[in-house]
Amino acid sequence: MATPYQARKIRDPQLNPGDEAYFKAAGEGKLMLGKCKDCGKIHHYPRAICPHCFSQNLELVPAKGTGEIYTYSVTRRGPPTPYAIAYVKLDEGVSLMTNIVNCDLDTIKVGQKVKVCFVKSENGTAVPMFEPA
Amino acid sequence: MSIKGKAYIVGAFEHPLRKAPNHSLSQLHAEIAKGTLEDAGLTKNDIDGLFVAGDAPGGNVWSLANYMNLNQLKHIDSTDMGGTSYLLHVAHAAEAIAAGKCNVALVTLAGRPNSEGSSGTQVRERGAGVPDSPFELPYSPVTVNLYAMCAMRHMYQYGTTSEQLAWVKVAASHHAQHNPNAMLRDVVTVEQVLASPMISDPLHRMDCCVVSDGGGGVIVARPEIAKSLKRPKVKITGVGESTKHQMAGNVDLTYSGAAWTGPRAFEMAGIKPSDIKYASIYDSFTITVVMQIEDLGFCKKGEGGKFVADGNLISGQGKFPFNTDGGGLCNNHPANRGGMTKIIEAVRQLRGEAHPKVQVKNCDLALAHGTGGALGARHGSGTVIMERE
Repeated sequence: MATPYQARKIRDPQLNPGDEAYFKAAGEGKLMLGKCKDCGKIHHYPRAICPHCFSQNLELVPAKGTGEIYTYSVTRRGPPTPYAIAYVKLDEGVSLMTNIVNCDLDTIKVGQKVKVCFVKSENGTAVPMFEPA
Repeated sequence: MSIKGKAYIVGAFEHPLRKAPNHSLSQLHAEIAKGTLEDAGLTKNDIDGLFVAGDAPGGNVWSLANYMNLNQLKHIDSTDMGGTSYLLHVAHAAEAIAAGKCNVALVTLAGRPNSEGSSGTQVRERGAGVPDSPFELPYSPVTVNLYAMCAMRHMYQYGTTSEQLAWVKVAASHHAQHNPNAMLRDVVTVEQVLASPMISDPLHRMDCCVVSDGGGGVIVARPEIAKSLKRPKVKITGVGESTKHQMAGNVDLTYSGAAWTGPRAFEMAGIKPSDIKYASIYDSFTITVVMQIEDLGFCKKGEGGKFVADGNLISGQGKFPFNTDGGGLCNNHPANRGGMTKIIEAVRQLRGEAHPKVQVKNCDLALAHGTGGALGARHGSGTVIMERE
């Protein structure tokens, strides 16, 4: 038995002020991370203040876009199409919530290597997702 | 300031309905207030502290105080931490009483999600300005998959199995058969849990709590008042509260905020986990119970699956009787918020008023613990330790 990935309607991200650059970069095929120029640490999701040291001297830096699945779940009941939600731990060390796409959802495993790809939401905003590496 | 022994739970009431399509939300809250007062032997005008959470009409104290025409209020608190709000309310009420701010604090919870068609597979929006929403809602996080991700990681890291999780539901069902108001009263087996439809891997339908209308209430009062009433005395001896989140991207779903609130509550009470005779453990899902049992120190981290298996949670059979009303898994999860019913059943156990088939013998020390929000994203935790005097 297999559960092939099916495209589904992706809810538009409702941006707060300051979120534009992350999603603009996503539209250009880049996954960005928040980085503090003072303490040097990265974080996700990107913020206007460093969640480690409260510095406001921040920048967005591109991630390599590779990592492994920390955990996941294929939601099979309720929504019209099954989908795989996950946390992916990036090679840079931070984890982010995402979807795993472009594979048989029944083959997904914790620890699996994945790489970023981009799926459009209903209004065309690029949203970072992951597929098997 | 320690609140140990400075306040008592003098009233507890669970609304009997599980579906209430013809009740307004305010009517449910008011019927619960009335039932709780009658249980305590107090009257409306004794209430000088009111505690409600986001389930209240309008989300705070205003409209309920108005509806019930409470005119003696000296202390109000609308703290909302999802399903665990009511454990925090009990702690805050004890603190307010210890500080001399009020004498008789009413806490109510009510809701109608069963009548309103609520489901754990719906994306819950939390309004404008929530910073995490743009980075999460496109991925359709829903209540069940946020907990399922915790279960999946627990299985990967510690070898926990679906059979072990199923034992949590089996134990709850053994208790619910004795509760005439429980939504699900049939005793189920591990095999039946595993055969129920997969909702979100690895959680089956029977790993999930019920969706119910109704609610419940408790009254917290100062010691002199508790001693003047004709009810068994339930003293609050330890509390803890916290919130856990994604740690700026350093996500760790193997533990909950109970790892912080449990030790604080035990330290305040001056006891250790093995002293507890009965525990109400928040059971939105089976995995919720396993993680919190570990975090509260009833077993080692990673050994929760083994701990809950083979009937160890069944009153009269196992060493760790839990949720003897049938819990959220079988009895009641009113307003999608299970914290209040956790306190109520602990009070019943301490009073010796649980159903005789599930009453724990010589139950003089009990713990209630709640989780609000989602273990897979952000949540609040609340622990209350109570002693029969």
